[in-house]
Amino acid sequence: MIERLLKRARAASREAEVFVFTMEETPVSFEANELKQLQTRQVQGTALRLIVDGRIGFAASTRVSHPESLVDAALEVAPFGTTVDFEFPELSKEPDLPIYDPAIAELPVEDLIEIGRDMIANIRESAAEALCDVRVIRRNATLTLANSRGGQVSYRKTTISASLNANLIRGTDVLDVFEYDSTSIGSLDHRAMAREVTRKIRLAKHTGSVRTANLPVIFTPKGAAETLLLPMKLALSGKTVLEGASAWGDKMGQPAVDSRITLWDDGKAEGSIASAPFDDEGIPTRRTCLIDKGVIRSFYYDLRTASLAGSASTGNASRSLETMPTPSPTTWIFEGGDVDEEDLIAGTREGLLVDQIMGAWAGNVMAGEFSGNVHLGYKIENGELVGRVKDTMVTGNVFQALRSLDGIGKVAHRVSSEIRIPALLFSSLGVASRG
Amino acid sequence: MRERIEDALKTPGSDYLEIRIEESQGSRIRYRGKELEDIGRFTNLGGNVRAMIGGGWGFASFNDVNRLSHYVELAINQARLIGRRDSRLAEAEPVVDMVSVQMRRNPLRVPLSDKKRLLDEYNHIIWSTSPQVQTSIINYSDTLRSLHFANSHGTYLRQEKLDIGFSLIAFARKDDDVQQAILSLGSSDDYGVIEGRHEEVEDMVERAVSLLSAKPVKGGCYTVVTDPHLAGVFVHEAFGHLSEADHVYQNDRLLELMILGRKFGGEHLNIVDGAAIPGLRGSFRYDDEGTPSTKTYLIQNGVLVGRLHSRETAAKMGEPLTGNARSLNYRFPPIVRMTNTCIEAGQVPFQDMISDIKEGIYACHSYGGQTSMEMFTFSAGEARMIRDGQLAEPVRGVNLSGNVFETLANIEAVGNDLAWNQGGGCGKGEQSPLPVADGSPHIRIRDVVIGGQG
Repeated sequence: MIERLLKRARAASREAEVFVFTMEETPVSFEANELKQLQTRQVQGTALRLIVDGRIGFAASTRVSHPESLVDAALEVAPFGTTVDFEFPELSKEPDLPIYDPAIAELPVEDLIEIGRDMIANIRESAAEALCDVRVIRRNATLTLANSRGGQVSYRKTTISASLNANLIRGTDVLDVFEYDSTSIGSLDHRAMAREVTRKIRLAKHTGSVRTANLPVIFTPKGAAETLLLPMKLALSGKTVLEGASAWGDKMGQPAVDSRITLWDDGKAEGSIASAPFDDEGIPTRRTCLIDKGVIRSFYYDLRTASLAGSASTGNASRSLETMPTPSPTTWIFEGGDVDEEDLIAGTREGLLVDQIMGAWAGNVMAGEFSGNVHLGYKIENGELVGRVKDTMVTGNVFQALRSLDGIGKVAHRVSSEIRIPALLFSSLGVASRG
Repeated sequence: MRERIEDALKTPGSDYLEIRIEESQGSRIRYRGKELEDIGRFTNLGGNVRAMIGGGWGFASFNDVNRLSHYVELAINQARLIGRRDSRLAEAEPVVDMVSVQMRRNPLRVPLSDKKRLLDEYNHIIWSTSPQVQTSIINYSDTLRSLHFANSHGTYLRQEKLDIGFSLIAFARKDDDVQQAILSLGSSDDYGVIEGRHEEVEDMVERAVSLLSAKPVKGGCYTVVTDPHLAGVFVHEAFGHLSEADHVYQNDRLLELMILGRKFGGEHLNIVDGAAIPGLRGSFRYDDEGTPSTKTYLIQNGVLVGRLHSRETAAKMGEPLTGNARSLNYRFPPIVRMTNTCIEAGQVPFQDMISDIKEGIYACHSYGGQTSMEMFTFSAGEARMIRDGQLAEPVRGVNLSGNVFETLANIEAVGNDLAWNQGGGCGKGEQSPLPVADGSPHIRIRDVVIGGQG
């Protein structure tokens, strides 16, 4: 089918690219501790990019039996398409990455069910009143790329992921503890997930209060990932930089954040569900240093943004069936810092420890301004956690705050398979509370 | 097609079976900065099967509709694995009907060149209104879906659904500071909704620019008057999601908080949801389980009187069907979703609402929000202080957060000027963005926690 499609496409244009994606996934859902639904989802579709007179025509379809009409649709769109100044690359086989695990692909549904049951049973052992919603998903995908240069490449990937939300209500006090993990090979440590949730439920038993003031705030690795990464991902994207909207756009080669921060984007990170041998345009993936000791070293690009920036693709093109490729981060790995996590807390006289935050990014993400409700966080008094805070908001600017860090945890924790980040202590963020 | 579906419905082994087949076509245009970034056409064909055995659900979705019978078997086997549960479905009359969209201006008949010309005009306005514009994003999409739905109770429905979504964002920059403003529009029956908006586009740019000179708001507790846009987002986030029965029906404690008959606010507070109003973004004739759309009072005269249901939640809770079972597309099973949700208009004119406020905040527009059931948070697109009964200096970074139950009770005044937001897409689980509309008049709320620098 791909050859036929390419042949027709090349009759219309010298530059053509065919992207074929098939996937089957099996989500298993538990609601309020009970097995609720089993699903199977099968997806298959084709997307075509044609370059005609320096403009891109794009069409995509999940109509399995008529891919050829794609050429007509793409040609219709091409005269209005984005102008481009790149060619589709030579597609050569990259060494295989261990991202396909037959044990995951063939895991019986009953085993997926057992993972969920086991996590719920573990949590309810110490928190009998917890109501857990769990999703365990196993995914098996194949991606194939071919273009008018003549090559064709393909890979298979397996993924298993689990997300869990434990809900406890006492009167009008609602506690939600959320945990998530994923992997491409091996097995999920679902017992560890359950243990984390249990620990957080225990820690949340007592409530504390905090005053409205600018205070030191520690983000746990999970809290940091949830609150701080989105504006950084935008600021480091070649696309945002090209638009002139990146806070770090003119800081290439200059210090932008605390010198203890070093950040890598790793497209081949082991076990990560974001890893692949090549990106969604066929460019080999790699490790790119984005920030080195606080200095901006690189942005991440796809073919189009790289050509506009006078640079080269960093292998970060990502697409879904219905969208054109766009630069996207893969696995982000921060290097650890200089302080033991316990000492970050022990050294804080009055402040907050934030683990889960809600709504942080409803505001001005591009400027790095966040203001979120502390969904799960604790008051620190004289170096100790004294209770869970409620009705509290934390506000700040990520780009500024990363220049006034009081401490960085020694260990960059694996928050999910795609993020490794340490705990971060900010010297002063805006805390507002009714309490 | 109908024959194939009805044949497949005869497959034995389940207590209840549904089949959906969906075809769709659409286009998408996106601008970033001065350039057209993305323009594409897409077509889809897919379907799904839902089976219930002993109250447990199995579900299979697929693109390969030629293998329909395989997926029917798969769904039934999965339902069997779930085992006995107590899910039931509310009684519903089987429906046989064919619904086409009464389109005013059909986007599929508008040549691509015309759409591009309109967007070029808007983009030109963005870029020529102020030298401080740093970048812009324009997103346009239209999708026409043709849906076949049949179930083992005898319902056979063919529905056409049109969705048009349009949003523009302008970013203004001064030195290191970047601010943004959004205009978002949508329709379920008329491409014309996005035409002729030149003045509003210009206003949007001016909003972004004026935020550059606004001071960050001082965090704390305030009396807040919100405009219809922001109040619409508030009712959707703070209360709408809490009214979705699938959040409460298996959670006895949450149910205690959301008990029908409980007083939530003053007599002036009326909140409704319904897809029966024609022409709004969340409107339709039948929901994705074949239940006819309605108008449902959630809060009436301050009292909780209803919630939103699917057939399953209605049966579980012994409450009437409301026509709120929706799925984003064939890839997903229907779950309880909002449609068009609003606070109904009250009596109070805007001037009266602010005239006795010594120090407060007037918050307008919105970027969106989030809820964790008890707590909500949403951000204002722009805001001004209210001082001594007058609108005063602009402020920014106004993010509102609070406890739903307390905040609804703290609504002191409901305005007389209902307006609808139709640009929105609701997110719930993985089914995002679902077309919805939300609306409200101006409202005044006391004791709102506003996040801000101290």
